[in-house]
Amino acid sequence: MTLPKIHLLGDAAVLCKLPSPATLTQQQRIWSLAEQAAAWPEVSEVVPGMNNLTLILHRPVVDLDSVSQRILDAWPDIDADHVAGRDIEIPVVYGGSDGPDLDFVARHTGLSSKEVIAHHSEGHYIVYFIGFMPGFAYMGGLDPALATPRQDEPRMSIPAGSVGIGGEQTGIYPLASPGGWQIIGRTAAPLFDPRQNPPTLLRPGDRVRFTVERNAK
Amino acid sequence: MITVIHPGMLTSVQDLGRPGHRQLGINPGGALNSMALSVANLLVGNPVGAAGLEITMGACELRFSSDTRIALSGDDFDAQLDGKPIAPYWSLPVRAGQTLKLAHAGYHPGQGIRSYLAVTGGIAVPPVLGSCSTDLKAGFGGHQGRALRKGDRLPLGETSAAHDRLHIGGPAFGVRSPQWSGLGQNSHDKAQLINLRVLPGPEFDQFTVTARNALWQDQWRITPNSNRMGYRLEGSELKRKPNRDLLSHGVIPGVIQVPPAGQPIILMGDAQTTGGYPKIGVVIQADLWKLAQAPLNARLQFQLCDLEQALHAWEEQQAYLHHIEQTMLALNWSRATQYRK
Repeated sequence: MTLPKIHLLGDAAVLCKLPSPATLTQQQRIWSLAEQAAAWPEVSEVVPGMNNLTLILHRPVVDLDSVSQRILDAWPDIDADHVAGRDIEIPVVYGGSDGPDLDFVARHTGLSSKEVIAHHSEGHYIVYFIGFMPGFAYMGGLDPALATPRQDEPRMSIPAGSVGIGGEQTGIYPLASPGGWQIIGRTAAPLFDPRQNPPTLLRPGDRVRFTVERNAK
Repeated sequence: MITVIHPGMLTSVQDLGRPGHRQLGINPGGALNSMALSVANLLVGNPVGAAGLEITMGACELRFSSDTRIALSGDDFDAQLDGKPIAPYWSLPVRAGQTLKLAHAGYHPGQGIRSYLAVTGGIAVPPVLGSCSTDLKAGFGGHQGRALRKGDRLPLGETSAAHDRLHIGGPAFGVRSPQWSGLGQNSHDKAQLINLRVLPGPEFDQFTVTARNALWQDQWRITPNSNRMGYRLEGSELKRKPNRDLLSHGVIPGVIQVPPAGQPIILMGDAQTTGGYPKIGVVIQADLWKLAQAPLNARLQFQLCDLEQALHAWEEQQAYLHHIEQTMLALNWSRATQYRK
């Protein structure tokens, strides 16, 4: 049994890190622990990260050992299959003005633009965690053949819904933002709407597929 | 109703934030100096978390179109109500048509940069995800999801029985500011050196001995490239021993993270929810308000502290707020009103 390593993160939060390598099974157990810990009275918020979990507490930690013990006691009984993700399809218009970097990704990977689209839309992705901005999903599952480094100079503004590749990851910008990812397409799916509950389309554990949407223009 | 005549550099509607959505990437945000907003709210008879205004660097002018009661906290920027000076941490009646004016930021030693205005009943903007705070980055909440502009009109909330007991038109009164209550340091420290208590961060041991010593011994300047997301500091280069990159993890306000260039950044209330830089230290909760008031170019001195000291500092702060809350509950001017009748 690999146990999480627990660090203080200031006086009112703790960071639980799992040993490398990050695996889907470990991540699934993090989602489960997050769900369980969210119900503990001393815990105000839970933030799953990549192979780790941050617990934010209502008040400063009196005794780190007791917080640690609670996590370590819970860990052996944590079930990896507990959080059932949903299947989410995200329609994407690839290339053109919606995906200005599609050709760059094709050149870099030695594939044709059509092949890039095919590889990207045939992939099975899993949301590992949400961070960076509201509803921004860090997903695993990008075909390594599509890996493309970020741009040398980040763009000042990338439109909301842009689908990009940054290194070995793919993701979608829920809001307009500066960013350095290679933008290959765009979706009209509402990734973040603060008037909805829940406000984000994606949640940790969700399984994501991209579908090819014809450009209407 | 409040009409914005001049918004100043950055004025926004803030309450104590929207916790509970970090795992969806949504930062709680809210007033950077939550203690100042809490005190101002208590002084006008509101719950601590009512929506008020966070005003950055003064130069703000607001007109009231109804009788109400206000309190200003944080720094006062020589505030005047219809040309008459008012003091921060005071609760005072305002009549319809009166204008509150905060002066431009001029240098005076020990001056902070943020002011908080609370109004009886609070600023009545619709709550989004449980809070009236403006998320300036994501563009929602507060007044139309943005900083205030000239001509904006802000409705005020309904007054309650608690407000009637407080007697909106009654006399002005004040409380001791956090500085004068022993929570801060001397506010007229000419050197503008701000002491912050810090706990070592999860990656503290991965930094070189030189870097670890520099963290405590050096002074760190707040560079102008600082905002509600984070304060970029300037000082010695903090080097990390060769170590593999970190995976993204949750971060919180107060985290002192060190990007590869070696110059630290302290995360503030609007920071993103996750990050991947090593964390050499974390400013304790009880000292975050000092950071919220710290002007650009101020110098910071980090002091190593332990959990017990952090807890004690937090309890002191809670006791200060609790004392004001109790004092307000004990106020009862209904009899004074009756005599007048």
